[in-house]
Amino acid sequence: MRVNGAFLAVIGIFFGIIGLVYWFTSYEDAGFLMLMGSALLGLLPGGYYLWWSARMKPLDGDEADASVADGAGVVDSFPGSSIWPFLLGMAALFATLTFIFGLWMAPIAIALGLSAVIGGVVESRRGGTV
Amino acid sequence: MTTTIESPDRIEPEEPGGPDAHGPGGHGPVEHEHEHEHGHEHHGPTGILNWLTSTDHKVIGKSYMITSLVLFFISGTMALVIRGQLANPTSSLVNFQTYNELFTMHGSLMLYLFAGPFAFGGLANYIVPLQVGAPDMAFPRLNALSYWLYLGGSSMMTLSFVVAGGAASFGWVAYAPLSNSINSPGAGTDMWLMSLGLTGFSAIFTGVNLVATIFYLRAPGMTMFRVPIFSWNMLVTGILILIAFPVLFGAVVMLFCDRHFGTHIYSVQGGGVPVLWQHLFWFFGHPEVYILALPYFGIVTDIIPVFSRKPLFGYRGMVFATLSIAALSTGVWAHHMFTTGVVLLPFFSLLSYLIAVPTGIKFFNWIGTMWGGQLSFQTPMLFSMGFLFAFLMGGVTGVLLASPPVDFMTHDTYFVVAHFHQVLIGTTVFAGFAGFYFWYPKMFGRMLDERLGKLHFWFLFVGFWVAFVPQYLLGLRGMPRRIADYLPTNGWTGLNQLSTVGAMVIGFSFLFFFANLVKSWRTPVPAGDNPWDGGALEWFTSSPPPHHNFTHLPPIRSERPTWDYNHPEHRKDESHGEKRHREHEQKETVGASS
Repeated sequence: MRVNGAFLAVIGIFFGIIGLVYWFTSYEDAGFLMLMGSALLGLLPGGYYLWWSARMKPLDGDEADASVADGAGVVDSFPGSSIWPFLLGMAALFATLTFIFGLWMAPIAIALGLSAVIGGVVESRRGGTV
Repeated sequence: MTTTIESPDRIEPEEPGGPDAHGPGGHGPVEHEHEHEHGHEHHGPTGILNWLTSTDHKVIGKSYMITSLVLFFISGTMALVIRGQLANPTSSLVNFQTYNELFTMHGSLMLYLFAGPFAFGGLANYIVPLQVGAPDMAFPRLNALSYWLYLGGSSMMTLSFVVAGGAASFGWVAYAPLSNSINSPGAGTDMWLMSLGLTGFSAIFTGVNLVATIFYLRAPGMTMFRVPIFSWNMLVTGILILIAFPVLFGAVVMLFCDRHFGTHIYSVQGGGVPVLWQHLFWFFGHPEVYILALPYFGIVTDIIPVFSRKPLFGYRGMVFATLSIAALSTGVWAHHMFTTGVVLLPFFSLLSYLIAVPTGIKFFNWIGTMWGGQLSFQTPMLFSMGFLFAFLMGGVTGVLLASPPVDFMTHDTYFVVAHFHQVLIGTTVFAGFAGFYFWYPKMFGRMLDERLGKLHFWFLFVGFWVAFVPQYLLGLRGMPRRIADYLPTNGWTGLNQLSTVGAMVIGFSFLFFFANLVKSWRTPVPAGDNPWDGGALEWFTSSPPPHHNFTHLPPIRSERPTWDYNHPEHRKDESHGEKRHREHEQKETVGASS
């Protein structure tokens, strides 16, 4: 994970420098704020990864001479098929349509959204291993 | 229902021997008995229910590709109508309002709904987990959600033609005073904005998924510097998405508030700043150009070594070039705003020029990879060559436009139109179809016809140059973009007619593509696991891959594990660490004996 952390941190530092140069040459606030936001976007997760990579057991994917056998065992749990993402997507669609065509669409969006959120959460619990 | 995934079995390169052990065509492992032992089979719903409920990255990737290609053809048809309108002065093929809607929706569909989603939703979704040796994307249900958001958003934008007042008609950039509720009333504009909100979130979720997959789900031994360049580029694209799309979403929400809730963020009357929209939009918009371009650079970088029979020249150089292109692209947004007069010209001009350096490194490495190789010009390689020429021309005119004095003269003329069409068609169409022809056998287990593919390429290539070179000349003769009409006395007629002919040839070339698809479905030619003798991990598994991608994995000791496995004579079976260790040991032995 060290490479990944360094990669994000470098992005953050680059935007930090560019942002400061931009501020002191133009005093334009929108661009300065966005560049600083991008710097944080690199530095926060990048710093977190760097901090953790010094403390954690390296991932098999980061070991140059790891053999496939080293990754033996459970990789992760993956959901099989699930209808809830579809319902949540449709809920979002109806929610945005509510803003355009009026509040009469809101109940559809709320019903779809609630069922999708509840269904998704229950599904994760029933799956057990997530 | 969740499935617990056991890691795939290991294959020692010595045991099954080289590719000859499996006969021609199949280079990977043939026997799949282990599948049953581990319960890898997929017992899911079938048919339309499978499409609605699947969280498999391969099904979602294919859905993304099909949807975005449909939108590509809808949008391409709009382009043909636009070119038909411009073929003659004082033409009345469509009325002016319809023309405005057409060019707006052509740009919006192509940029927001085809070019990006085809790459990061379609190809990347399918290929990245295969390339890094993962069983699926890191968040499969989030992945499904992003497809449904994308489908909802893109249907909403396409259907905005049928609401009262018609579709949005302010150009794909929606500049502020023109897009407010007085100048652009009607539900079409609102649908356009909301559609950007939905597809923006879809892109953000895909970005999160790509980054998490490449960070966490790499197979054992697949270190970051062994990840194929396509996946590297998708990682960088994912991060660019996370930088750019939230800004667009914020800008869109504020514009919506201006239109409906009485705020004055972009209106001068209420103390707002219209040019703020341009800052926010282009802070999204320029990284967006590279969100569109980087995946396609990655495709070409994966294709050229395979058809040159050589490893990639300058792997790390490619990675760092990608990174610096991405970083620089976020600092150049205001080069789209030179003519507003309120931006810092030297800063943005300098950074824009700097992008030419890493792009040049990429070109150098592509040529270096081909240098001295055994080139074979199958369809994917031909399309990659088309990309190199098209993108070179688009890139060089981009360097011109980065110069403020040149930009003042050519801004909002057809010169700019020609420039970005050469860049975007070079990447999304040439490199995009290169990737499609390259990975189609992997996705569907059958080949596409070479002859039809080559016909597709040559018609597209000729049509492309005939369509867009005249537009440079038109721009230099002063033809503004986004006009529906011009006078015979302007002297633009001949070049416009030439450009229209080129556009029609481009449209015609896609008939060969359709014929090719039909042919491969009517009379399938089985592809085998590794038809091109590729080196990356996706060519190791079967075509199409089983439900969780791999039943076996080769040892990963370089960025071409499948090549190492199939060609043991070229294998670098020592990692750098081991080699150094052994050298060290040898030195010690030498020291002891002396």
